[in-house]
Amino acid sequence: MVVQALAFYLFATIAVLSATAVVTVRNPVHSVLLLILTFFNAAGLFVLLGAEFLAMLLVVVYVGAVAVLFMFVVMMLDINFVEMRQGFLNYLPIGVLIAVVLFVELAFVGAGWTLTDGTVAVLAQPTPVGVNNVEALGQLIYTDYAYIFQSAGLVLLVAMIGAIVLTLRHREGVRRQKISEQIKRTRADTLEVKKVPVGRGI
Amino acid sequence: MELLWDGYIEPLVWIVAKILAIVVPLLVAVAYLTYAERKVIGAIQLRKGPNVVGPFGLLQPLADGLKLFLKETIIPTSANKGVFVIAPMLTFILAIIAWAVIPFDEGMVLADLNVGILYLFAISSLGVYGIVMAGWASNSKYAFLGALRSGAQMVSYEISIGLIIISVLLTTGSLNLSDIVRGQIGGVWEWNFIYHFPMFIVFIVSILAETNRAPFDLPEAEAELVSGYNVDYSAMTFALFFLGEYANMILMSGLAAVLFLGGWSAPLPFLDFIPGAIWFILKICFVLFIFLWVRATFPRYRYDQLMRLGWKIFLPLSFAWVMLVATFLVVFDKVPA
Repeated sequence: MVVQALAFYLFATIAVLSATAVVTVRNPVHSVLLLILTFFNAAGLFVLLGAEFLAMLLVVVYVGAVAVLFMFVVMMLDINFVEMRQGFLNYLPIGVLIAVVLFVELAFVGAGWTLTDGTVAVLAQPTPVGVNNVEALGQLIYTDYAYIFQSAGLVLLVAMIGAIVLTLRHREGVRRQKISEQIKRTRADTLEVKKVPVGRGI
Repeated sequence: MELLWDGYIEPLVWIVAKILAIVVPLLVAVAYLTYAERKVIGAIQLRKGPNVVGPFGLLQPLADGLKLFLKETIIPTSANKGVFVIAPMLTFILAIIAWAVIPFDEGMVLADLNVGILYLFAISSLGVYGIVMAGWASNSKYAFLGALRSGAQMVSYEISIGLIIISVLLTTGSLNLSDIVRGQIGGVWEWNFIYHFPMFIVFIVSILAETNRAPFDLPEAEAELVSGYNVDYSAMTFALFFLGEYANMILMSGLAAVLFLGGWSAPLPFLDFIPGAIWFILKICFVLFIFLWVRATFPRYRYDQLMRLGWKIFLPLSFAWVMLVATFLVVFDKVPA
């Protein structure tokens, strides 16, 4: 238990520190890297909770795919750091206002939350007894809530099609490689062997 | 005091010993993989390969390692120093920690995770960071272009690898690597590569792309990009990239052996008396030989052809295979419990 407690505090501390650093460091690429570190520590916390499947998914999906795209975009931007800091004072009041609203909301949620007697026992077991993680999640998503899950997938599909339609452009005069046509070529179409007489050429 | 020893220190000593028992042979294997690569390619190209340092040139990898170790580590002035130094370490660490879940024999595995295959997939999807960070931190055009190519390539081929893994998992019914191997014990006709043959081929091609090896070694296409993402690295920082890349090759070969070639199981039942670890190593060597063979045989792909192959051919093909396998299992009522 001591090791688990130590691991929890390690992951939690690094997660909080790096999450803070994400919004405070100047270089956006460093921000993305710190965000990845935060995801990682969140995955570590999931493992400690006994939800190793979710932990691995967090790493595969967020770190392995989403953050890579972030990184691509951020790396390719040419960012002027001096200009970025100029608007800071202008936006400060609005930023503070939003932060206060969010904080008050969080405080209300936290204050209004009471734990009943059974809750602690449930919290200690992320999955029903005797069922492993993957199975428990599969039960929820594909058996109990299959239709809701499918419709969520459809919503995402619509969003994806929308994004493709918005960005798809056909340019005129682009010459593309057609590999099937290239493969279909035979020697008869392309090659002709000629006997060249000496001194005369073709 | 006794509690401290029994509860904490003894397990710690054990786990460190086990880790060393994996990492040290792995690093030796990496060194001799470079030797094997030069010898195999030499043989294919009718050359001799390294033959000067030691008998048959066997000490060549050690000499190369020593050379890299003794050189000066240069950090370019315009580089982003922290990221520049972290990137090779990250590549190396990721290539090593993935070995924690690889089963060498029945019960011979460092961490028998229930989600072992997902762990491997997660670790290998992180490999792109080492390269992208190196390319960005070098602050050089060649390195950056190499990193971008590599990133796009690894992300594209990971999708088809993931789908192939799903179709293997469907027939096994477990995410545990040891269970995947146990499902294939009993001879060569039980191995997955027979049932998933088209996907075995796609998987081999995809791991070539995933490890940035020829004919998909666009990130370091030396003709256009000098050497790609690691052009500004020297000495040990370069050596770490190199070790990471080759350790990744061995890892992916191990994954191919576990998923398709029956892991530690013997090809014929009466050959069971030979230890499983030896079979596993032989299978890894077989896949590694394919890596080297392909490198000496095929010309490099063009970038658009690479993307076409990944997105327009492998992705639909592996999707169709997942559907086919799932349908087959349901229709014939063969879903593993």
